[in-house]
Amino acid sequence: MSRPLYSWGCYPHAPQTAHVCSWRSEVEALRDGVVATHGSTLPYGNGRSYGDSCLAASDQVLHIPAMDRFIRVDWQQGTVQAEAGVTLAEILAIAIPQGWFLSVTPGTQFATLGGAIANDVHGKNHHLRGTFGKHVHSFGLLRHGQELLTCSPTENTELYAASIGGLGLTGVIIWAKIQLMPIRSCQIDSTVVRFDNLAGFFALSAELDHQHEYSVAWIDCLAKGAKTGRGVFIIGDHACYGSLEVDERQKLHVPLTPPVSLINNLSLRAFNEAYWRMHPATRARKWSSYEPFFYPLDRILHWNRIYGRKGFQQYQCVIPDAVAEVAMRELLAAIADSGQGSFLAVLKRCGNIISPGLLSFPLPGTSLALDFPHTADLAALFLRLDAIVHEAGGRLYPAKDAHMSGSDFRQAYPAWEQLEALRDPSLMSRFWKRVTA
Amino acid sequence: MKKVLIIGATSSIATACARLWAEQGNEFFLVARNNEKLEQTAADLRARGAKAVTLHNMEATDFAAHPAMLASCLGSLQQIDIALIAHGTLPDQKACEQDVGMALQEFSNNGTSVIALMTLLANQFERQHCGTLAVISSVAGDRGRPSNYLYGTAKAAVSTFCEGLRARLFKVGVHVIDIRPGFVDTPMTQGLPLPAALVAKPEQVAHRIVKGIEHKVDVLYTPGFWALIMTIIKSIPGVIFKRINI
Repeated sequence: MSRPLYSWGCYPHAPQTAHVCSWRSEVEALRDGVVATHGSTLPYGNGRSYGDSCLAASDQVLHIPAMDRFIRVDWQQGTVQAEAGVTLAEILAIAIPQGWFLSVTPGTQFATLGGAIANDVHGKNHHLRGTFGKHVHSFGLLRHGQELLTCSPTENTELYAASIGGLGLTGVIIWAKIQLMPIRSCQIDSTVVRFDNLAGFFALSAELDHQHEYSVAWIDCLAKGAKTGRGVFIIGDHACYGSLEVDERQKLHVPLTPPVSLINNLSLRAFNEAYWRMHPATRARKWSSYEPFFYPLDRILHWNRIYGRKGFQQYQCVIPDAVAEVAMRELLAAIADSGQGSFLAVLKRCGNIISPGLLSFPLPGTSLALDFPHTADLAALFLRLDAIVHEAGGRLYPAKDAHMSGSDFRQAYPAWEQLEALRDPSLMSRFWKRVTA
Repeated sequence: MKKVLIIGATSSIATACARLWAEQGNEFFLVARNNEKLEQTAADLRARGAKAVTLHNMEATDFAAHPAMLASCLGSLQQIDIALIAHGTLPDQKACEQDVGMALQEFSNNGTSVIALMTLLANQFERQHCGTLAVISSVAGDRGRPSNYLYGTAKAAVSTFCEGLRARLFKVGVHVIDIRPGFVDTPMTQGLPLPAALVAKPEQVAHRIVKGIEHKVDVLYTPGFWALIMTIIKSIPGVIFKRINI
């Protein structure tokens, strides 16, 4: 009955068969059954990873979202303990009216709690609060042949570190307890201003990041020459005055997958030009609800379908501070040259807060993320970009990746061998098989 | 604030309804046969805003246990504003054709036990002069189909019982709603070769049920398009119906 599952980018096109976990007590038997028949499996949340890190090597996944119960909430301390399939949206729905918000949120609220830990996601406040994993008190990890283990900074510490950003390979995360942060309202006071080039971004970032909770920039990836890296800088803080209400605006919907991508050079160039011009050249303040600020794309359900049946790939890298500006210039020049890219290009300064996770992606530097419709020409562009990232000592984000070479991965994440040693032998992803082979 | 009794409280559709009622700060009495699942469901509802949750372990086909359950429920809720009967199983039709004992057991799971509980609850509601008795039957009860007519028969019995009881209790201000879900993505339907486009999420179904109860709908198809599908299926003449497999 159930439809096959894919990753968010629908590339690689590898349909996954879902084995649905409904109750905590049933996961072990279900996993053992799948492993006995198919060799290995992988926990799969809401499928918001872009590439192949959420795809099982056996194409048989343990489907976690039906395990979506809260276990314990404490509105004095601001902690939530819940099953791994609870989405961030569901946590916000009960936390906001009590005056709490996620300490760290990625760009979608439809990720699951388990997925947020396994990918050690980060958000617009990385420079102040680090990654999601930094706010995880503890979690329950089910490993082959072992009792359910509680992992925390003081218990099973090796597995705690390996599972944060561990891509679901160290065991099945059954539940987790996280720390929320207090808010006085659910509205965001934001300021937007456009900048003319990459130097403008770095100047604004240096001036504003440390003064504000959230900071991010959209950039026009097709602008060339003196305009390279022009974009819109956005900063925000939780407003002191407002309401504590859950945003429940009507969602739009992409009903079907068009045969070809709706994002092409022409539509993109027009959009980027218009979007950049739409924003003010001088700083303008706005007061808006949290949804449009954090999750603009969540309003359009299945937006990934606009890239057509071939799907798309996201390229997200982080470049260390010392060489960030030079490398970003090279990356953007290469992308503009190729004429490929998308309107979803995001530039963000990451801070120096160390994550407890072994394979956490961010490092002190600048992160660039953008989507590309999947075409035959993409491989050549990615090779060029990979070379620049490699040269600059940067790295790519496994949660977004479907292409990086094994040698680049192993060099950029030297702790991979520790993770491999702690990997639950019954779990294997297409990503892990690809980059460790 | 409403006082809600749910029998079969750990089923997906019941849980999805309970979550919507929990957000409104209601009080619950949950009945199911698995204590661990009951406790996990209760913790979830408390976190989502339920004012109080009381648990009761009971096998729905243990008829002798029904009165004690009701007494315990009234002991903690005092009155019942909404009673939702949601328990059930999906029988293996082929196996039931070969095993009378199994067929009758399945009929009891889905039919007799529901009728027994409704009989008991009806008298309580009659005393109260208020409240809603909501029962989950199925679109399968609308027509006997070769692939699951035992299940369909039990559900048809429940639906007919609902209709009669509704007319009886209407006079005292109590509402009876017969909920007929189509295909829903729950553990009960896992592994069945159902057409994906027709399969609804429990949350979708629950929204419609909660609204239907508020608006005192008599017979509620959920999702709504099943009303149309079943109108068509019910209109197929018997001479044709016996020749096709749907």
